[in-house]
Amino acid sequence: MNLVIHEKIEKENRIAISVEGEVDVYTAPQLREKLLPLCQGGSQITVNLSKVTYIDSTGLGVLIGAYKAQRATSGKLVLTGMNARLNRLFKITNLNQIMDIEDQAGGGQL
Amino acid sequence: MSEKPLDLVYLTIPAKPDYVGIARLAVSGIANRMGFSYDDIEDLKLAVSEACTNAVDHAYCGGEGEIEVSCNIFSNRLKIEVIDRGTSFDVQEVEKRTGPIRMERSMNSLRERGLGLYLMKTLMDEVEIKGDNGVIVTMTKFIRKDVVESHVESSTSFHPNR
Repeated sequence: MNLVIHEKIEKENRIAISVEGEVDVYTAPQLREKLLPLCQGGSQITVNLSKVTYIDSTGLGVLIGAYKAQRATSGKLVLTGMNARLNRLFKITNLNQIMDIEDQAGGGQL
Repeated sequence: MSEKPLDLVYLTIPAKPDYVGIARLAVSGIANRMGFSYDDIEDLKLAVSEACTNAVDHAYCGGEGEIEVSCNIFSNRLKIEVIDRGTSFDVQEVEKRTGPIRMERSMNSLRERGLGLYLMKTLMDEVEIKGDNGVIVTMTKFIRKDVVESHVESSTSFHPNR
């Protein structure tokens, strides 16, 4: 039930985040604290969700918050490694219509 | 709807974020034994988490309190009640504001919260919310027959029709 977040700065302003575990009301604050400070200066953030085993509205809320922050500073937020379950949630909520989602072959590595 | 459940599982958790995962795990175990499909179990986990999360966030205004989760096991369905004794809310008013993300809305009105109730209603077959002396969320998911059959053989110890 824990959440592990890996961060890798690829180049200046290009940051890759990999999220592993369950994102719920207990762990979402960790994700928010990691993700939101990176949303500045027009950075491009890639969030790999391939190792997310569970996410609910609190986790989606953090991603929405990051997306809004990125939009406000001309940055970009890209989601990768979404499994069928995540795709379904994004479709139900219409989040797939607004957020940048990239398919990645082989489940996606950081 | 006076049919009695075959079995009842009660769980009481503190209304704290730390324990929502426990409710999710319990429901997942029960649903698995009942023969729900993988996708339906994930739906149940999410719905019960959303109901508990609402209670954690709103019921006790930061104070101490408890959430009761009762799982009513029927031969063809699982009915879950998530009950808090905290602050009630205007159910109709909240329901008006719930729904999927709307494309035509401006970026500023893009909500970070408020998807929970919508997800519950979308993922469960029946959802009823009563706001009186706390909040009672009652939600039901039926076992889909076509999926059940493949699971019956692999189910070892749970016989809802005994």
